[in-house]
Amino acid sequence: MTAPTKLQVNGRAVTVAAEPDTPLLYVLRNDLALNGAKFGCGLGQCGACTVLVDGQPVRSCVTDLSAVAGRSVTTLEGLGTADNLHKLQRAFIAEQAAQCGYCIPGMIMEAKALLDRMPEPAEAEIRNALADHLCRCGTHNRIVAAVQRAVREG
Amino acid sequence: MARISIEQPSRRLLLQGVAAGGLLLALRLPAAAVEAAPEAKYGADAMPHGVVRDPHVFVSIAPDGIVTILCHRAEMGQGVRTGLPMIIAEELDADWAKVRVRQAPGDEPRYGNQDTDGSRSTRHFLQPMRECGAAARMLLEDAAAARWGVKREEVAARNHEVVHAPTGRTLGYGALAADAAKLRPPALEAIRLKDPASFRYIGKGELGLVDNFDITTGRAVYGQDTILPGMLFAVVARPPVFGASLAAVDDGAALKVPGVVKVVRIEGTPAPAKFQPLGGVAVVARNTWAAMQGREALKLRWNDSPHAGYDSEAYRAALTETSRKPARRLRDEGDATDALAKAAKRVAADYYTPHLAHAQMEPPAATARIRDGACEVWTSAQSPYSVRGEVAARLKLPIEKVTVTCELLGGGFGRKSKCDYAVEAALLSQAMDGQPVKVVWTREDDIQHDYFHTVAADHLEAGLDAEGRASAWLHRSVFPSIGSIFAPDPKHGMAFEVGMGLQDTPFAVPNLRIENGEAEAHTRIGWFRSVLNVPHVFAMQSFAAELAHAAGRDQKDYLLELIGPPRQIPLPQGTEPTQYWNYNEDPRKYPVDTGRLRRVVELAAEKADWGRSLPPRHGLGIAAHRSFVTYVATVVEVAVDDQGRVSVPRVDVAVDCGFFVNPDRIRSQMEGACVMGMSLAMKSAITFKGGQVQQSNYTDYEVCRIDDAPREVRVHIVPAGIEVPPGGVGEPGLPPFAPALCNAIFAAVGKRIRELPIAEQLKA
Repeated sequence: MTAPTKLQVNGRAVTVAAEPDTPLLYVLRNDLALNGAKFGCGLGQCGACTVLVDGQPVRSCVTDLSAVAGRSVTTLEGLGTADNLHKLQRAFIAEQAAQCGYCIPGMIMEAKALLDRMPEPAEAEIRNALADHLCRCGTHNRIVAAVQRAVREG
Repeated sequence: MARISIEQPSRRLLLQGVAAGGLLLALRLPAAAVEAAPEAKYGADAMPHGVVRDPHVFVSIAPDGIVTILCHRAEMGQGVRTGLPMIIAEELDADWAKVRVRQAPGDEPRYGNQDTDGSRSTRHFLQPMRECGAAARMLLEDAAAARWGVKREEVAARNHEVVHAPTGRTLGYGALAADAAKLRPPALEAIRLKDPASFRYIGKGELGLVDNFDITTGRAVYGQDTILPGMLFAVVARPPVFGASLAAVDDGAALKVPGVVKVVRIEGTPAPAKFQPLGGVAVVARNTWAAMQGREALKLRWNDSPHAGYDSEAYRAALTETSRKPARRLRDEGDATDALAKAAKRVAADYYTPHLAHAQMEPPAATARIRDGACEVWTSAQSPYSVRGEVAARLKLPIEKVTVTCELLGGGFGRKSKCDYAVEAALLSQAMDGQPVKVVWTREDDIQHDYFHTVAADHLEAGLDAEGRASAWLHRSVFPSIGSIFAPDPKHGMAFEVGMGLQDTPFAVPNLRIENGEAEAHTRIGWFRSVLNVPHVFAMQSFAAELAHAAGRDQKDYLLELIGPPRQIPLPQGTEPTQYWNYNEDPRKYPVDTGRLRRVVELAAEKADWGRSLPPRHGLGIAAHRSFVTYVATVVEVAVDDQGRVSVPRVDVAVDCGFFVNPDRIRSQMEGACVMGMSLAMKSAITFKGGQVQQSNYTDYEVCRIDDAPREVRVHIVPAGIEVPPGGVGEPGLPPFAPALCNAIFAAVGKRIRELPIAEQLKA
């Protein structure tokens, strides 16, 4: 048995006993019961598992637990509160941007990282940031509109 | 006869059998099993367990006035958890802010049919849900009248309370709920529906999705998300070739992977296996990652399969060859052979569309637990009652001993109508002495072991007279049938398959022949959004534009000329193989109406400003089709750059789905259909070599990304009153997209696409 791994998740210190090569996604979902990050492809191809590590967007399905030891992870559950949603959450609702909703956690987390580094991105910059996120229902344009709304409404 | 089938609904096939008896013959059941067919039933009445409209089943009201409405259909992004409850709330005159929606478990005898596919939910349940809501409202009114000791006619519900008109007294729904719960619902004929003119929710499009908050905050629970105390996780190694059985397994290394608990063999079911699992070897572990690592470490040997020679290149050549030879005739009007021989000009073309995987964002997953002789299942399923049936059959339990909790679906598109993954979970829980086990399909599992959209070759010929008018039309389609998963391979299309864009060709051509050739299935074929409409409409609507070009005419004008004057097309009734399926709807209620088809063509063209001037290498294309009893026309503007790269700046979609409930969801379904259409037109294909699927993940089974999706989709909905029965919405947007795109490409750069996906075909 390897030594437990310590990290911060959504502002909370956690200690995880999983193998260090376990991808972060399965640690979040199996060990920490945080289902916000979704399993979509396991290869970093679809973006549904995107979380922030020290503010940077990463594909948690291809990020080993050992790589996030001592670091701070934010999942969709860590964004906003039920009474005070994050502006991206409000904007995604206002634009009715979800269909099945399975891609939405990754979209929102990627958009959060974008707005953190670039508060007023142009449409092309939004599309570029989300280019590697898949949505099979086809709500792409509403997702872009939602990010634009979040920029606009702040 | 069909009772067994009804208990285990396999959607279109069995419905067809129930309705006409024809399918049963096609499935070669013993003649003794076929009872005299009852009077033909259509629509919801023909579905297993039909409709339930009892307000006590769907509506409960708490003392604080909170109204809880059950949704019994599966939510996969189409918005049904908003739409159906909205209908009840409308007739109930409830305040939407005080409405909560809960998902019903899989229980068709209690809730009516739950098989959520075929674009049927609104179509089949608009009326029953109206009746259900109205009956609930009447019970509250009855309770208020009794409480006040006044005449029934003096009270009326109004926005979550009942008002006594003469005195102005009011009682809230919460205060009346307990009394109302004790009352018998009114008889169907006594139910008073609202005047549609007074609707405040239906048709307005102002209510957001009920799941938006959960989706955007990470609270939404999908089949992949089930968490139970003490649960184990499993992945399954399935046969690399369809039909191969396991010869030997060495699980020594797998069992050494930390976290792996057990390796379990799952027996496959000989074809036709319907929704039973493919079989294979499962690795059960304490977490998903350990299960995956364990599966990597398995050493497996498989027996040969009769399908080991399945090779997409060779199969394509054979299909195309077959499509050029006379075949089973499904429609034969006039004399196409003679008319072709006498035509001033003859045009012929071959079209090809490959297998597709559904590739919904959420791969299949299910969790099962067995306790005290009962199996509980948690999963994302389009047909939860079919989950119960299949699990019960496999575990040899009475169906009452299997329960299904319905989680959200992270996309369905037809994949999650087939519940093999839930049966796997049940078998693994059984193997683990009832411990809860979640089976997770990886993306590779999903892409390689799907029930694939069929592959098709379509051959078309037409004769034009001296003025360029079509005098003859021949369409012959060849494809392996979905019937092959339910019965010995029928080798021809089932009524529902040939009824999608083949038999129902809407053209006014005097000599018209529709044929369907023979093809053998070598993999699991299943319905995929819009099903056979995808290949048939790609061929039909592309060929229409080819004829326009051959005649030197405008595509849109020529399409309207082909459709001909407004009329109802008389399509064959009677028995297979020639009976027209009509989405199992009554042809008197839902005729094939060319007037409505013309109207969407004209509307899409008008809104798209058809004929507008475009930059160089841009083009407009149009295609139209009636499917799922809804009429859609699509105009695509394409740009093809000098490197052959394709982009779509704008799409205009006109849709006539009859009376509608939630226009924003119609728009979103049309938008999404255009993106999925772009994926299948440009990128996606499943191919086989040596019987094995050659793709494995989104790396090589590509779908549209945000930067190559159509940039703008404008949806134009034809308004309709309540007298126009509702049509489907989830699927009809898809079929016209690919041919409209390809017609636009021809207009832009003169290159005719006859094979999907386009992939590199336009590259210099």
